Parts: sequence; structure tokens; C-alpha cells
Amino acid sequence: MNEFEDLVTATRRGLFCKAGDFYIDPWLPVETAVITHAHGDHLRGGSARYICTDAGEAVTRQRLTADARVETMAYGESRSVGDVRISLHPAGHILGSAQVRIERDGVVWVVSGDYKRDADPTCAPFEVVPCETFISEATFALPAYRWPETQLVAREIFDWWQANKRAGLASILYAYALGKAQRVLAELTRFTSEPVYVHGAVATIVNAYRQCGVEMLPTLPATVAAKADYAGALIMAPPSAAGSSWVRRFGEASSGFCSGWMRVRGDRRRRGYDRGFVLSDHADWPSLLRTIRETCAHRVLLTHGYTDALCRFFQEQGVAATALRTEYGGEE
Amino acid sequence: MREFAALFESLDTTNSTRLKIDAMVEYFRTAKAVDAAWAVYVLVGRRVKQSVGPALLRAWLREEAQLPPWLVEETYASIGDLAETIALLVAPEGASAMRATAPQISLADWFHQRILPLTGLPSEEQRRRIVSWWHELPYRECFLVTKLLTGSLRVGVSRALVTRALAELFGHSRALVERALIGAWQPSADFWIALAQNESSTLASHPYPFYLASPIEAVESLGARGEWLAEWKWDGIRGQIVRRGAECTLWSRGEEIITDRFPEIIAAASAIESGTVLDGEILAWGENGVLPFAELQKRIGRRTLSSRILKDIPVRFVAYDLLEWQGEDWRPRSLQERRTQLQKLLSPQTVIVLSPAIDAPSWDSLAAERDTARSRGVEGLMLKNWQSVYGTGRQRGGWWKWKIDPFVFDGVLLYAAPGHGRRSNLYTDYTFGVWAGEILVPVAKAYSGLTDEEIRRLDKWIRAHTREKFGMVRSVESAHVFELAFEGIARSPRHKSGIALRFPRIKQWRSDKRPQEADTLANLQSMLPTQR
Ligand SMILES: [Zn+2]
Ligand SMILES: [Zn+2]
Repeated sequence: MNEFEDLVTATRRGLFCKAGDFYIDPWLPVETAVITHAHGDHLRGGSARYICTDAGEAVTRQRLTADARVETMAYGESRSVGDVRISLHPAGHILGSAQVRIERDGVVWVVSGDYKRDADPTCAPFEVVPCETFISEATFALPAYRWPETQLVAREIFDWWQANKRAGLASILYAYALGKAQRVLAELTRFTSEPVYVHGAVATIVNAYRQCGVEMLPTLPATVAAKADYAGALIMAPPSAAGSSWVRRFGEASSGFCSGWMRVRGDRRRRGYDRGFVLSDHADWPSLLRTIRETCAHRVLLTHGYTDALCRFFQEQGVAATALRTEYGGEE
Repeated sequence: MREFAALFESLDTTNSTRLKIDAMVEYFRTAKAVDAAWAVYVLVGRRVKQSVGPALLRAWLREEAQLPPWLVEETYASIGDLAETIALLVAPEGASAMRATAPQISLADWFHQRILPLTGLPSEEQRRRIVSWWHELPYRECFLVTKLLTGSLRVGVSRALVTRALAELFGHSRALVERALIGAWQPSADFWIALAQNESSTLASHPYPFYLASPIEAVESLGARGEWLAEWKWDGIRGQIVRRGAECTLWSRGEEIITDRFPEIIAAASAIESGTVLDGEILAWGENGVLPFAELQKRIGRRTLSSRILKDIPVRFVAYDLLEWQGEDWRPRSLQERRTQLQKLLSPQTVIVLSPAIDAPSWDSLAAERDTARSRGVEGLMLKNWQSVYGTGRQRGGWWKWKIDPFVFDGVLLYAAPGHGRRSNLYTDYTFGVWAGEILVPVAKAYSGLTDEEIRRLDKWIRAHTREKFGMVRSVESAHVFELAFEGIARSPRHKSGIALRFPRIKQWRSDKRPQEADTLANLQSMLPTQR
């Protein structure tokens, strides 16, 4: 085998490591799938064997059929697969999310999956893994995307909830059901211990998080209370519930959405939410630049979102950068 | 400015009409008269004369952002709003915003001391001032000030909503407030005080708010045909002639004075007795009747009207209604009474004519007349209740518009470009073509009409089937057929196809059709109005 050959390439089925004969987050069924995290664009059913982190096992299994074969590795543990050694390292994205480090003959590649650098009480913080080639996400790779401090955003959410309560309104907060919703429930423990009503899709994952020892506000299913009781309450739901008949049961309400896209006013207005909270599980522009610098990678391959912009930016700085064609994206 | 920024924030973070009105009332209650007047001015969407063009602001942003210029442009293309891009890329945030010690300047002072004096300054000096504001203002204020510099501030409140807030605040009727807010008024403490004390404007040229029709399909639900006046829905410029004292003013529906664009209408109107206000449609009118809207546009576009153009494109004012007669507001009277008087006063006129009533005794015979609309160069029918008063805005019930169905054709997807904002990483701006012999010529651009799911599917296909890239635009293989609707068609030598379509939009994705089955240019040309 040629030692200059790329360790990971984008193929029809997904990112492929030929030397180890496995795929990372493939979008079609394969023999061995190493999974960075359990979001729908990274974890798909039908593969014969899955490898993920210990911490991510519960949420990974939730998304697969009961008979799926799932093997787990601790963060930092390394093992041989084919001609390479692999290890999984925290990506700070959601519970159990990992970067995949692949080493062959002293050459190291890292596949980031999705990641962020901001503090998150629900998952292990991002770890910088030095490498020659870094495959990074680029979901928010435009300089307008800079995140405010998480604590300030959590405070905004709490204040919004309290103001709605005073006005007799329910607060319906939309957030991605896996990761973001739990992060909000954990952040809000700073301010209150009041229970929050949750949509079924959120509830299942909250339970899995609790089993992993993540502390969050107490939750109740959003089906139990009478309409009047929802006035003043906080209800958390996935964005797909917005505008559906499901939300009508809560009576008069203010709506909010937690997402990095809420950084842009026009984006919030187009989607019709009252409030947008800038809270993202992805790296913002400064974090992308900082992370890629800290890995000391000579070469950067980009997936998700604004790959072309980040690519050109790095090329102008003398870093070899290429956009990869993948099917990732869409979960913010 | 801080108080106004807080109001903006409240308006911008709720979709509830009630909360928006409350926020405005609260602001107006405590604001100084002159600030309140400016706030009204801004909230109803008015703007001061631009002293600095967007191209300059963009150039300064490229210099100030400490980023590669192409990346600034890329960010702007994605966000789609210049003021917001500037605020996002330049304004201090977080800890540095807390430290920002920009002096507190009221909204009115922002205009009087800072924005208005920019006019006529050398551009270097304009740059120095504006750029320093960008750097010293916190994010929200930086956005607002830049918005005020570049044009109107769209904040999700309509003039109707501002009207409601002011009516509540002062305990006036909405109609009274509405009337005070239209026409040419200047934001000043005097304006605000006059509004508060119910001293309606004394300006001789002050117009009335236009009454607008709502769309209807099932005309049978309107009851007896005899209770309704049916008129053609003309495709021109809605206008109001205000004839008071020695003056005669022509207003457009956009509340612009367009008196000097149409000297022949003004000459005719001057012969009408003082104290008269007419509502009607300005139309280009040739020897054989109405001319296409595109002809009228040629007149609006001209800076000066040559005698040649006055001769080539004559105009008429087709009058719908009489709003004021002998100095008295006639809007509360019935349409029957208004129209009878209108007919009388117009009888000696030739340039200002009464909008003809359509003589069709039943809904069925009226529907048959409506089918002739296209060949007559009109958009459909207007139905007005004989007993109705002249309302305000889009009050439902009195006036209906019964439009004809749009034109449709099948086009082939030729080019795609990225959209804006969240859509900026999706190809959502499409160009469609039809067959001219063996080749496809582009005829329409359309942005809307597909579901999110279809957009994603098409985006994926576009990326995989790109033929060539020209900057942001990609040409794609000719494979997909779409049904497109449009409202009108005109000859256009500026377009390769020789035709221009009005309001094209996607009706549906015809995945059942092959590109060979798409329409031909000849088909579209056959829809052109016959030259009169
Ligand atoms: Zn993810
Ligand atoms: Zn992802």
C-alpha cells in the first residue's frame, strides 16, 4: 500500500478508511461503521457493525433497531482495525460525541464529526488532537457566526420564560431533540428547579441522558396537564412540532428557537419564531479557526455548510484545504 | 436612541399584535414629542433622503471588517441585509460592548445632528463619521443607525398597527389617525402635538387613505347581482387627484406625489371645481383603448417628459370614486350617491373619465365578461357594493377583486443560484427556459413555489448535474420540467427571448414530463397582447 495514499476518502457510501476497511458515519449500509455521534445525518441504520463511545452508546442504541450490533470504546482507548489504530476523543458536540483519530505508520488523521468549543454541562469538553490531516465540519463557517456566552443565552431564555409567565403565556421553546434540548435543561438548573414540560421526542432522550448521570431540570410529559395549567409553563419541543396541531393544546404562547442560525435576524423572521436564542452545538467562526490552528494540521478537509468559504480562506493563508462532498448537515 | 432600540427589540421579538401595540403605546407615552414624531415616521416605513449609497457603505465595510473582501461579500450574500452584516462584522459585542461609552443621543437628535447633516459632506468625512459610529455603538444600535442611513426599517409593524397604537394612546378614531399619517408630513414636535390634539392637517394637498379590495372566488356568495357594481380591474397606477384651493396634486398609492409625471391629467383636473378628491387609475391610452402597463412604465422611468413621449404615450385617469366634494368628506356616503355625483362632474371631461360599469345582469353573464378580460388588457373585475362606504385599507366586505386565472407554461430548469440566509447553502433561485427551435432560451426567474422537501431534493440534483459554474450561478443539465404561472407578458428587446413575464412563480414540479414536452417560445409569444 502506498504510504502517501489518503487515509480517509469520500466515497459513494460515506467517508472510507481503506487501510482499516471501515467507514465513518456512512450514509449507506456498510460492514463496519465508526460513529462520531447519534445525530440523524451521522448515524443511519442498516450497517452490520457499529463502533461508538461508551458515553454515546445509550443514545446510539435508541436510534437503531434492537438487534443492531454496537461495540463501544472509552474516550482515549485505542485499538487496531485492519492496518490502522483508531481511538475516539471528545468532540464537545453532544453526549458521547467523538472525533475519530486514525493512525498508520506515524501518520495521524482526525475526523472531527460535529464539534464545539463552548462549555456544555451535558458532555465531555472538546479535546485538541494533533494531526497531519484534519477533517473538520464547517456548518457555521462565516465570520458573522460568533456565539455569545452560553450563560448569557441561558439567562435570556430564563428571563423570557419568566416574562411570559407574568403575561400569562406559555413559553414553547424549540430545540433539536438530541443534545440541544438536554443542554438547555441542564443550563437552566442555574436559575430554577421548576419542572419543564417536554415533547415525547425530547423525553426519550432526556431519560437516556439521566441514565448517564446528566443533571437537568425535572421534566413532565407535555400531555398530562389541562390547557390552563400551561400558562406560565416552559414547554420544550423539536422544531418539527412547530406549526403542528400538537402545539395548540398550550393555549396562548410565545415561541422561541435555540439554534446557531438565530444569529441572523432575517433567518429568525423567515421561520416565524417570536424569539431566537443563539445557542449552537457547532463551532462558530473563531472556534473553527482556532481549532484548526491548534491541531497543527497541514491539510484540512471540510464537510457541512459553508465549506467553500472556509476552504478559500485557508488556501489564502497557505493551508491546503479541500471541500469534501458529503451528505451531512441539517441538524441545527 | 436607547429607548427606541428597546422598542425595536420588543417589536422584533414577538408576533403578537397585542404585544406590539402595547410596546408602542408604552414608548409613545414616555417619549419626548419630537422623538415620538420621528419614531412614527420610521415605524410607518418612511425614510429620509439617503445621503450615502449602499455601495459606499459596502466598500467601507470591506475596509473595516479586517477580513478578506470576498469573505465580507460572501457573508453579505448569505445574510442578505447590509445593515445587519455591518453590525455582525463590525459592532463591538460582549464585554467590549459593555465598555462602549457611546454618548446617549435621542432618536430625533440622531436625525437632526448626525444623519441629516451627512448630506453634502465630502465622502471622506462621511466615511470618518459613519465608521466611528459602527465601532462605538453596541450591536443593536449599530444595526438600527445603519438601517436608518440606508433606507426604511422593516420591523413587522404595518402602518395600520401604528395607527391602532396611536388611536389607543390618544383616544382618537383610527380613521382620524390614519388620515394624519398619510401625505407629506414632517416629523416634528409640532406634528406630534397636532396629532395629540386632533388638529388634522391643514395641508391643501393632503390625500385620503386608499380603500383596497380583497380577492374573491365564489361570487355567488355575494347575493343578488343587482346589489353590486362591476367594473374592470385596470392594470395601471392607482392614483388620487386632490383638487383644493388653487392647487392640484396627483398622489400614487405609494403616497408619492407624481403630479409632474402626468401634466395632461393635472391640466384636466384643474378644470374641476375646488374641494374635490378623486380615486382612480392612471392608464396609458392609445387610439384603440388601454395600452400595456409596460408602456406606462416608459413614462414613469423618464426624468424629463419630452413632447414626443407625451404624444406617443398619452394617458387617462379612469375615475373610480369621489372622496371629497365641495370640500366635504364624502367617504361615509353610499357608493350609489358618490358615483352619481362623480358621473355628473366628469361629463365634460375627456382625459379624466368615469370607470365604466359592466352591463351583465347575472353572475353567469358577468363570468362570461370576465373571460374577455385578457383580450381587453385588464386583470379581471372589481365588485363594489352599491351601499358601501369608502373604507380604509383592506377592510373586507365592501369591495372585492375577481381576478382572472394566471397564465401558465412548462419550462425547463436551466440555471440555479444560491438563495439568502438559511437558504444560502441551497440552490433556490432558478432560471427556466423554453424551446426556440433546437435550443432552450431563458424566459423566467423564479424563487418560490416548491416545498422544503422539493428544494432539498432539487439542490442535491443540481450539485450532481452541474454543467458549468459562472460565479455563484450554475448551469445544469436540461432534465427537469416545471409548470410556471405568471400575471402578464410584454415584448422586451432587452431580453434574449424578446419577452418579459410579470410575477413568474413555480406552480409545480412536473416530474411526469420530459424536457422535450416543455413549451416553445412561439407558445409564449402567442400570449402577447395584440399590438394596438
Ligand atoms: Zn451533529
Ligand atoms: Zn452533522
